[in-house]
Amino acid sequence: MPEPAVILDALAIQRALTRIAHEIAERNEASAEVVLVGIPVGGDHLAARLAKILAGIWNHAVPAGILDVNLHRDDLDQRAAPTIHPTVIPFDVTGRTVVLVDDVLFSGRTTRAAMDALNDFGRPKKIQLAVLIDRGHRDLPIKADFVGKNVPTALEEKISLRLVESGAAQDEALLQKP
Amino acid sequence: MKWTRKHLLDIESLTVDEITIVLDTARAFKAVGKRTIKKVPALRGKTVVNLFVEPSTRTRISFELAEQRLSADIINFSTEASSFKKGETLKDTARNLEALNADFLVIRHSASGAPHFLSRVLGAHVINAGDGAHEHPTQALLDAFTIREKKGKVAGLNVTILGDILYSRVARSDIWALTKLGAKVTLCGPSTLVPRTFEQMGCRVTHDVDEAIRDADIINLLRIQHERQRKTMFPSIGEYTQLFGLNKARLARTKPDALIMHPGPINRGVEIDSEIADCARSLILEQVTNGLAVRMAVLFLLNGGKGPQELA
Repeated sequence: MPEPAVILDALAIQRALTRIAHEIAERNEASAEVVLVGIPVGGDHLAARLAKILAGIWNHAVPAGILDVNLHRDDLDQRAAPTIHPTVIPFDVTGRTVVLVDDVLFSGRTTRAAMDALNDFGRPKKIQLAVLIDRGHRDLPIKADFVGKNVPTALEEKISLRLVESGAAQDEALLQKP
Repeated sequence: MKWTRKHLLDIESLTVDEITIVLDTARAFKAVGKRTIKKVPALRGKTVVNLFVEPSTRTRISFELAEQRLSADIINFSTEASSFKKGETLKDTARNLEALNADFLVIRHSASGAPHFLSRVLGAHVINAGDGAHEHPTQALLDAFTIREKKGKVAGLNVTILGDILYSRVARSDIWALTKLGAKVTLCGPSTLVPRTFEQMGCRVTHDVDEAIRDADIINLLRIQHERQRKTMFPSIGEYTQLFGLNKARLARTKPDALIMHPGPINRGVEIDSEIADCARSLILEQVTNGLAVRMAVLFLLNGGKGPQELA
């Protein structure tokens, strides 16, 4: 197997998140309505980072939560049972603008599952989607509102995000060719 | 580490990793039970048959609610209203249920090995909800879950199982699960109900109750299984209570942080003093709550397919 290629290094990830945060701020004038909800594994850490950057832009705290979407997936009987991560949403999403945060947007099925899962916690006023990497190949009519980097990929390639919060030595996004 | 089993038949054949996956998954499902909307669509479109060929309240209700919380469709089948009374064999009953395209069969049966037998003749997932005096795997998993949650670990703990061990499937499953997870298990009760042969399962056997509970971190009480005993195993209930019942005087001689468990149904005033059953050190009702989470976890894990764990 060839060596994986670095598509984003630590600095590029930081820059992308800062830009996404500014785009979120630009799009949402009612800043008090905005909450971030990250999808594990990866999106939860990115949501926490974005919340911190946004707090600096808006000068007030921005709530961030974690939403596990595995119980709402549509492929549960086709794959080995996925690991269920804790869902932590310590605020009411009803009437809020929820920015879903994921690391990689691929088929769009995770996003669909996330929107279904979010429904169990209330009725958001709006849902927006922020992703660090959009690799294409959508199965569903889903489009991200905020994208860190578009990476054209082949179906059999794999993208993995390593973050210091998950124990990596440094932040990096890797592309593995088969 | 991923779950690859199709059935849950016993604890004996599970690895430590597999037990740990169930406990970790159950922790996530316990959190789902605290949400406003407690139902998730993980088993939507799946059909579960609950085949209880032996009376059960707690386990049956727990499985039913677990299935409903996972959005499965449910068929309940019990001894009183079944064709068993008309002479149909277990295999024929089960195959008829499968002809209705059932995806899961949860079975309680008085014959040891009944779930294993059905798993060989059916295409559906089979879950053992208690077979004779053999095993009751989901009870052991919920017991291990409760201990791990309360004590932070299972390894190294002293667990004493007190009561009718010989006729108890809970005892056998608990012994397998807890010894695999590294607990030191002591069995205690009348010598007729706690034979030395249990030492072969890796636990200590004693007939001195005070010695058995003195160093225990967990005291797991078991009911006398009158329905399975073919002859009188001890002189009288009164004598059993006096010699082996957990009363306040005995509890005072245990470690102050020793916790009390019981799989239910409890017989107040027989194996357990009524006040002790309701005291702060009793985990009996917590076990019921955890049982629901563990059964949701088992159904969810068995439902997984053959593909890789991480799909797009």
